[in-house]
Amino acid sequence: MAAGGGETHVAVLLIELGAILFVLGVLGRVAKRLHIPVIPLYLLAGLAFGQGGVLSLSASHAFTQVAAEIGVILLLVMLGLEYSASELRSSLRAQAPIGVLDGLLNAVPGAAVALIAGWGATAAVALAGITWVSSSGVIAKMLSDSGRLGNRETPAILGVLVIEDLAMALYLPLLTALLAGGGAGKVVSAVAIAVGVVTAVLIVATRYGRHVTALVSAKDNESLLLGVLGLTLLVAGLADELKVSAAVGAFLVGIAVSGSVAETAVEVLAPLRDVFAAVFFVFFGLSTNPTQLVPVLPLALVLAIVTSGTKMTTGYVAAKRAGIKRRGRWRAAVTLIPHGEFSVVVAALAVAAGAEEKLGPLAACYVLISIVITAIVHRLPDRLHSEQFPGR
Amino acid sequence: MSVDIATRVLPGIGVCQELELSSGRRLGIVTRRNGLRDLVLYDDEGEGAAVDVALTDDEANALAEILGAPQLTFRLAVLQRQAEGLIVEQLPVPANSPFGGRPLGDTQARTRTGASIVAVLRQGAALPSPTPDFVLQAGDLVVTVGTQVAVDHVARILDGTDPAAG
Repeated sequence: MAAGGGETHVAVLLIELGAILFVLGVLGRVAKRLHIPVIPLYLLAGLAFGQGGVLSLSASHAFTQVAAEIGVILLLVMLGLEYSASELRSSLRAQAPIGVLDGLLNAVPGAAVALIAGWGATAAVALAGITWVSSSGVIAKMLSDSGRLGNRETPAILGVLVIEDLAMALYLPLLTALLAGGGAGKVVSAVAIAVGVVTAVLIVATRYGRHVTALVSAKDNESLLLGVLGLTLLVAGLADELKVSAAVGAFLVGIAVSGSVAETAVEVLAPLRDVFAAVFFVFFGLSTNPTQLVPVLPLALVLAIVTSGTKMTTGYVAAKRAGIKRRGRWRAAVTLIPHGEFSVVVAALAVAAGAEEKLGPLAACYVLISIVITAIVHRLPDRLHSEQFPGR
Repeated sequence: MSVDIATRVLPGIGVCQELELSSGRRLGIVTRRNGLRDLVLYDDEGEGAAVDVALTDDEANALAEILGAPQLTFRLAVLQRQAEGLIVEQLPVPANSPFGGRPLGDTQARTRTGASIVAVLRQGAALPSPTPDFVLQAGDLVVTVGTQVAVDHVARILDGTDPAAG
């Protein structure tokens, strides 16, 4: 390519990227003004810009694709960083039965729908993951915005989220192995490796977390940022090479890094995560054809309503088990409804690997509907109570 | 005199501490990892927040100082009156102290001098009753109670001029 051509390409790339990020910035403000999570707006923006949209984003496609990959990795490493190994272990001990209930109630509807639709076993596993995992990002934001962090039921809600995230460390390698194909033997070995690695990392992180942390420990934020980011991408790449899923590698790095380094890393990585995760959601929207949304809409609606019911059951039981009274149980029930980043991550993995392509638009619709349902019902338990007992 | 504080860990977010007041009302403080604090007043059922006030780090510190500082000085004054001959001093942990970044227990201050460390002042906030695994930082003020000789000895240990220190 001639030098002039290269420069034009760079110029177009910058313009497209700048336009995307600027629009996302505006959407962020809109979301804040309306008190809604920003993820659905990012998805909608991606859908609007996609095929037949206002802008044709061809020059930046390769870049946004890589940025989206990094977005997934950053989403997962932050998740690992936010939960310390001891929190993971104590949640696992205290909430394991609820985690099993959560998995059964919410994964089964997804799997059933995929099987009934005749999409095959791999798509069933993918859709099970999409309906299983609530959005810890949306829920944490909602709890904080509505001033419910101090509520008695909140630890039970967070416990469910922790277990779901931990389960992802086993689920993602399973899904990756299934998507890669290669028979039962490979799938079993991939899962066995994942179980072994996760257990080992949890043990290492709780016993020898200091040594892992020493690898990236640094006095100043700049080298800490580069150190953690470098280590994460390195491990994610290696994990991908071993077919264990890059996302899991990143998640495990997050768990292994602990203490004050983890706290600072969360601070310095958060802005990066915000940028790349936003690009990831947009990219997902971009690669989904808006015309495919309409046919899957009824299915997404049914799935969202059914799994809102099963999520509410999970939350209600979790709060009841924690000894919470009725109103708190209902608050816990409605809080678990929203789905978000994980559903999109799973759908993106599945579609990229060539599984049923309807999973993409279905997941997009499903996430949007689940968040709309949450917005409608999440204040109902307290509102109904104050109508029932006015003046309190 | 003492107030029961129930602590709840909020994975990924921070800690919530809940106090039951003698009036029967409940008060909660959420300390988030990012430094934000939430002051929570519970509703009549005692489980959900009726009011949630978000405080920045500075606001929370200001509030703590207003609520806590008179209490600490009052306690120290009582201590001083109760035991003639004992003094209370705020000893600095200098930048070159051998104990910056090390647990309080390493100083063996009580064993070696007989003086007691009753609180540590850090960035304007008082951290009462530090345990032996409490990690000191350069710039801390260590509130020490003891005889003049003992307190002076602790000061020498902290700035590393005590021959046996280390």
